Amino acid sequence: MAERWARVALVLVSHSRALAEGAAEVAAQMAPGVLIVPAGGLEDGGIGTSFDRVEAAVGEAAADGRAVVVLTDLGSAVMTSESVLEAVEPDVAARVRVADAPFVEGAVAAGVTAHGGGDLAAVLASAHHAGGTFEGFTPGEGDRPAVDGAAGGSGAAAADADGVVRASAVVRNRLGLHARPAAVLARALAAYDARVRVNGANGASVLELMKLGAGQGARLEVVGEGPQAAEAVQRFVSAVEDGFGEE
Amino acid sequence: MTLDVAWAVDWVRRTAATVTEHRDELVELDRLIGDGDHGENLARGFAAVLSKLDALEEPPAQIGDVLRLVATTLMSTVGGAAGPLYGTAYLRASKATATSVLDSEGAVALVEAALDGVVTRGKAGPGEKTMVDAWTPAAAAAVEAADHGAPPSEVLASAARAAQEGAEATIPLVATKGRASYLGERSAGHLDPGARSSALILAAAAEAAAAAD
Repeated sequence: MAERWARVALVLVSHSRALAEGAAEVAAQMAPGVLIVPAGGLEDGGIGTSFDRVEAAVGEAAADGRAVVVLTDLGSAVMTSESVLEAVEPDVAARVRVADAPFVEGAVAAGVTAHGGGDLAAVLASAHHAGGTFEGFTPGEGDRPAVDGAAGGSGAAAADADGVVRASAVVRNRLGLHARPAAVLARALAAYDARVRVNGANGASVLELMKLGAGQGARLEVVGEGPQAAEAVQRFVSAVEDGFGEE
Repeated sequence: MTLDVAWAVDWVRRTAATVTEHRDELVELDRLIGDGDHGENLARGFAAVLSKLDALEEPPAQIGDVLRLVATTLMSTVGGAAGPLYGTAYLRASKATATSVLDSEGAVALVEAALDGVVTRGKAGPGEKTMVDAWTPAAAAAVEAADHGAPPSEVLASAARAAQEGAEATIPLVATKGRASYLGERSAGHLDPGARSSALILAAAAEAAAAAD
């Protein structure tokens, strides 16, 4: 079993058992290789946060030497999680962090990064970054927002003089760049040593990709930089053009 | 006169009794500016502590052992913010009392550690209408009493008086931390339930010490 899971696990602490389990379900779909342990509600199923349930969840998540990022919903969930860390063995507490991040968005972002092999610092950073997702990001200089792709087809990946690889792709599948494809793309890009931006959004961020709201027919301008930019951009374009295996 | 493990156990029993006796008062205070569960939660939590204490085959060796039992039980059984807040206060206090007897300096260290726990966990400072407003003057009064050569029971009695005065001083305050902060200006005019229960807990400590003298 130890080999089955990524080296960073998640614990989701909510006042509600259903909320914790639901968030774990959403995150697990996008990060199937990550151990995600929900710890919601009181022992009797009521609303609240339980020290014992959180302690047990942290113990399970941290087993086999895994690091753990804890996501929390409201006030006392944070306090309970911090109390658990104060009470557990110091060698366990040393590899557990409580993220200051929105519950669901943080869980998804952290899960995808952990699935891609990120270490504790990277997974924690992903969770923290998820906090800005809904403030709306500003497309980068020279990038264009998603536009209707009816005017043209897709371009092959090509590197220009300064090593920047540019390509475009048109979203084919009926449902567009929704959660599952966004996770597929973000996970695929994590394997390459390259920075890829898609209409200004970070291609390695599931939440930024979803926020593009790219529906069927939308054109995506893909810009890659780094040693494996060409491979990364090509992989991205192929996945989009294949419709992510969806209809 | 020193404080020993029997005092610590008596403190816990007196705390369980006083939070049960004042349950309705705490419920009402919390209903006015919180979610109304503080009295129920504390009464249930300390009842659980008592049953764990009674189930022990032999008495704990150190005062810290008694306080650690209180800490872990409250964290497990008290929902809302009070569980982790009091849990951390008792946990820190237990680390400061890894001994079988406390002199006046030891009593000061206990109160200061509890204050430290509440501040760390709640991230609140004085004047925000929280438990901190009871524990801060309590720690200051304990230090002052010990500096004047007071015995441990007097140190705790001073701390308890200061905690109650601190709790009453929360009445005009506007809450900026915790559930009551959602009410903003409307939180003024009410006694903070956490500060009130903190004062009750310290009063029980002082009564147990007086009974031991």
